[in-house]
Amino acid sequence: MSAPLIETRGLSKSFGAVVAADNLTVAIAAGETVGVIGANGAGKTTFVNMVSGYLKPDEGVVLFRGADITRMPPRAVTRLGIRRSFQVAQLFPNLSVRDNVFVALACAEHGRPRPTAVLRTPERRAQADAILARFGIAAFADRPPTQLPQGQRKLLDIVLAMVGQAAVLLLDEPTSGISAEEKFPLMDLVMEAVGAEGATALFVEHDMEVVERYAARVIAFYEGRVIADGLPAAVLADADVRRYVVGAELHRRADATRA
Amino acid sequence: MRTVPALACVLAALLVAGPLMPSWLVFLLTVAIAKGLVVLGLVVMMRAGLVSFGQGLYYGLGAYAAGLAANRLGVGDAIALVAIGGSVSALLGYLLGFMMARYREIFFAMLSLALSMILYGTLVRSAALGSTDGFNLPPPSFLGFAFDAQDGRILVYALTVVVAIGTAMALHRFVSSPAGVIGQAIQANEIRVEYLGASVAGVLHLTYVVGAAAAGVGGALIAIAAGHIDPDLAYWTTSGEFVFVAVLSGTGHVAAPLLGMAVFEAIRSFAFQYSPYTWQMAVGLSMLAVILFLPAGLWSLFTRRRRPGSAG
Repeated sequence: MSAPLIETRGLSKSFGAVVAADNLTVAIAAGETVGVIGANGAGKTTFVNMVSGYLKPDEGVVLFRGADITRMPPRAVTRLGIRRSFQVAQLFPNLSVRDNVFVALACAEHGRPRPTAVLRTPERRAQADAILARFGIAAFADRPPTQLPQGQRKLLDIVLAMVGQAAVLLLDEPTSGISAEEKFPLMDLVMEAVGAEGATALFVEHDMEVVERYAARVIAFYEGRVIADGLPAAVLADADVRRYVVGAELHRRADATRA
Repeated sequence: MRTVPALACVLAALLVAGPLMPSWLVFLLTVAIAKGLVVLGLVVMMRAGLVSFGQGLYYGLGAYAAGLAANRLGVGDAIALVAIGGSVSALLGYLLGFMMARYREIFFAMLSLALSMILYGTLVRSAALGSTDGFNLPPPSFLGFAFDAQDGRILVYALTVVVAIGTAMALHRFVSSPAGVIGQAIQANEIRVEYLGASVAGVLHLTYVVGAAAAGVGGALIAIAAGHIDPDLAYWTTSGEFVFVAVLSGTGHVAAPLLGMAVFEAIRSFAFQYSPYTWQMAVGLSMLAVILFLPAGLWSLFTRRRRPGSAG
């Protein structure tokens, strides 16, 4: 494997008595597509939060292209090209869908946004509309994002993350909360764009069909530790993974059906 | 109609109307537009989620800075006094902004209120500044020329109108700039703005300084127009009035606060004239009516047919 693009060494984090990350050492090379799986509370989102600068680990370091970014705030991590989406879409409901993209474009351009320039220039508008068209949300450009169907709201959340030329895209449960019919078209669009931009993608996912179809490598978490890491077929067939992750997933789904 | 040409037309109309209006109306409009400027700054802050209950701090400071410059430093020129009031308030806003940009919502509101009351308390206890009585300002000059009282009043009115409309044009530009729109985004979801790579604290700090500067300019204009200043300019009821008018006006347009303040001053003047003991009730009832029928403020009378989110 070539030198890792992003790497964590001995990353640990506890919330009181709960150990959310326990000595996580993971290396991801440029261009990889990594699926992160694990039952609820396994530490997947904590991992994404530590890599993206939202949480500071108790111990360990996060390296990006060999440089220590552990203590950087989210803004600085984002500006390096490590961009993320959220489990629950994080949008700006008081602005139109197009303005959401305008904001993402402007934030990507300047960390200290300009007070005298004009935001909605014809060039940026063309750029924003091209992005919305590419992801099939153009029809909603002038509406507030609250009027988007759930799947497209999640998609817009990912689009905002991708606007600024992501080197690493961290997707936190991209298909959670959206219908079975929508999940593959959404992931197709996103992964096609990831491939086109040559980005590295890491997605946290509960849906094993999605993981099998889109991940070239799977990392399984259990109680804050990595219990398996490798090719999807091998990881999903692993005994521990079947017991702690896939099995737990089936229980979770059964519970959801009963509820 | 586009905002800047529309504002230019309003400016021309107000300037032409000035000499034709009775002097009570000239004074009422001068006061309303100067205070409207403070509300304009507050509205820009509110769009970014910063609801200050202490704009009296910068309003009072601007007025006292202008007053002291006139009395102690012998600055007679009205334009220079306005510039001094705005600059002093902007400077304090810049310094306090490092602290204020860390607070949100009720914490921001209460802290801004507390800071304004510190200024009030200081002014009340400063015998050298006239204590609770404040002090008078000499009539200002304009570009080196002195004028009689009547012409002076019209000129102060004209200056107020030009400064206020000019500020409204500049802030119209600001609210549609990257910083302005990102401010709106921060109001809705600041974590997401950080995760898009922009500095939330930077945008809020800048917006806070804009609000402080507008309030300082408004304070200096009031000092010049009234020829008198006292600590009530920094009192919490003054700050409360700005919030009141901001809600009354709505945050949909930069002209809304100027209109809203004129409506407020008119309601207050007439209510005071016809029912001196219950004028607050008239003001309260008008507020209630606005909240019930125009929840987005008076400006929504003009924007009913437009889409939500296309503010500015």
